[in-house]
Amino acid sequence: MGQPINEIQEELIEEFGLFEDWADKYEYLIDLGKKLAPMSDAFKTEENVIKGCQSRVWLHAEKQGDLVVFQADSEAIIVKGMISMLIRVLSNHTPAEILAADLYFIDQIGMSQHLAQTRSNGLVSMVKQMQHYALAFS
Amino acid sequence: MAEKLNIDQIRADFPVLHQQVNKAPLIYFDNAATTQKPKAVIDALSAYYEQDNANIHRGIHTLAERATTAYELTRKKLSSFLNSPSTDQIIFTSGTTAGINLVAQTFGRANVGKGDQIIVSNLEHHSNIVPWQMIAEEKGAEIKVIPVSDAGVLDIEAFKALLNPKVKLVAVNHVSNAIGTINPIEEIISLAHKVGAKVLIDGAQSVAHLAVDVQSLDMDFFVFSAHKLFGPTGVGVLYGKRELLESMPPYQGGGEMIKEVSFAGTTYNELPYKFEAGTPNIADVIAFGAALDYVQAIPSEALAAQEEALLAYATQKLQAIPGLRIVGTAPEKIAVISFVIDGVHPQDIGVLLDKFGIAIRTGHHCAQPLMQRYELVGTCRASFSFYNTFEEIDRFVLCLEKTLQMLG
Repeated sequence: MGQPINEIQEELIEEFGLFEDWADKYEYLIDLGKKLAPMSDAFKTEENVIKGCQSRVWLHAEKQGDLVVFQADSEAIIVKGMISMLIRVLSNHTPAEILAADLYFIDQIGMSQHLAQTRSNGLVSMVKQMQHYALAFS
Repeated sequence: MAEKLNIDQIRADFPVLHQQVNKAPLIYFDNAATTQKPKAVIDALSAYYEQDNANIHRGIHTLAERATTAYELTRKKLSSFLNSPSTDQIIFTSGTTAGINLVAQTFGRANVGKGDQIIVSNLEHHSNIVPWQMIAEEKGAEIKVIPVSDAGVLDIEAFKALLNPKVKLVAVNHVSNAIGTINPIEEIISLAHKVGAKVLIDGAQSVAHLAVDVQSLDMDFFVFSAHKLFGPTGVGVLYGKRELLESMPPYQGGGEMIKEVSFAGTTYNELPYKFEAGTPNIADVIAFGAALDYVQAIPSEALAAQEEALLAYATQKLQAIPGLRIVGTAPEKIAVISFVIDGVHPQDIGVLLDKFGIAIRTGHHCAQPLMQRYELVGTCRASFSFYNTFEEIDRFVLCLEKTLQMLG
């Protein structure tokens, strides 16, 4: 079993708590985006794309044993940083854990605006899609 | 030498400009999306609701009379603003999009048939493409497109080659919202008229920057939105030639647009009311009158000189940034700069600039066919108005450089 979802959220809140100004926080987010494990090109298909108004997100999910494993990518680096955190929190968990998750860390680290921009970046749809996969795999 | 504007005094008229966004002073460079409103417009809006609110044209009481007079006064001001031959050729709509749809669904439906053609340009906003596609599909007509050069200039020779008697309408913008090109509408109108085609000019992006004389341009239809001319949202204007407007069937049915209604049949009201069914956006139309007064009180040469200087200064400073490429370098353009930066997604730039308190627009600017033409996912667009300053451009460029360092 992996680390519980809320424990990972607490870790992220603590990491972001180290930064006082927004620029440091965003540099860290951008860094997370750059370090996001590359998504296999084979998964960057039209079927896996989530269209935002300004940038696209690709999401692939598969079941490994009891756990759902996600891979994702985006054209925009800040979105990639957000994706990196969502994968860290939700990937490698059981469908039941993913479906029960309350992603409170996003608000706590002050990044909720990226999920409020419903039309521009596809992140809201990505979170929904992750839950849909969990439901399908459960 | 044009008289110089007192920018501090002008900025004092725009309350919204004086605020902190994300702990930094707001820099508003998204004027092509919507302009800010002077205090006079905001005051006119609240004064109307505090003192004069009534439904117009039908009431015989004093408030109705006051509201009607104020509403119709804006129409008179617009008639003079556009040099319309008469006031009743000014039709209020809810915006540019509504005006284009009105013409598509009335003029288009009555005059475009199977095998006919409608010409648009590669520079159009979706709102000047989709209404024509809808009518073309319904009627079995074809859409033809005027190509655009790498610099963002319409290919007039290609336009001439497209013209033939099957063309019933040409719909182009006066100024491109995405890249700022000023199109040669006088030439486009005169060429179209030679083959008997009518022309709709989308003036959404031009009215705040360029003088428009509908008579000297021999304009058939001209549409724009109040909110891009310092007025409120939800008001638009359609100017049309009298014979065209009179021959067009009504658009929406309802109150106000009728002369007499019976179950045996209904007769329609005269212009402009034939196209203004229902209670209109009275308050915003009246406040729009205040916007017209405000902008017309500023000497137009000084206004143009300020915007030209801002464009030249920002262009020069942006060009110095390594990897930055300006999209749209037409010799004739308004104070809009669209740009892309190698290896950086426009959305990332927009998100970080917002953190610095700077509002620009990023994305495809509702002009996807133009983005496809340039093989871009989108651009960053800084669009200026006369109330912007050189100091703002300095800070914008500095913050853009910081943004690129963060993303680098």
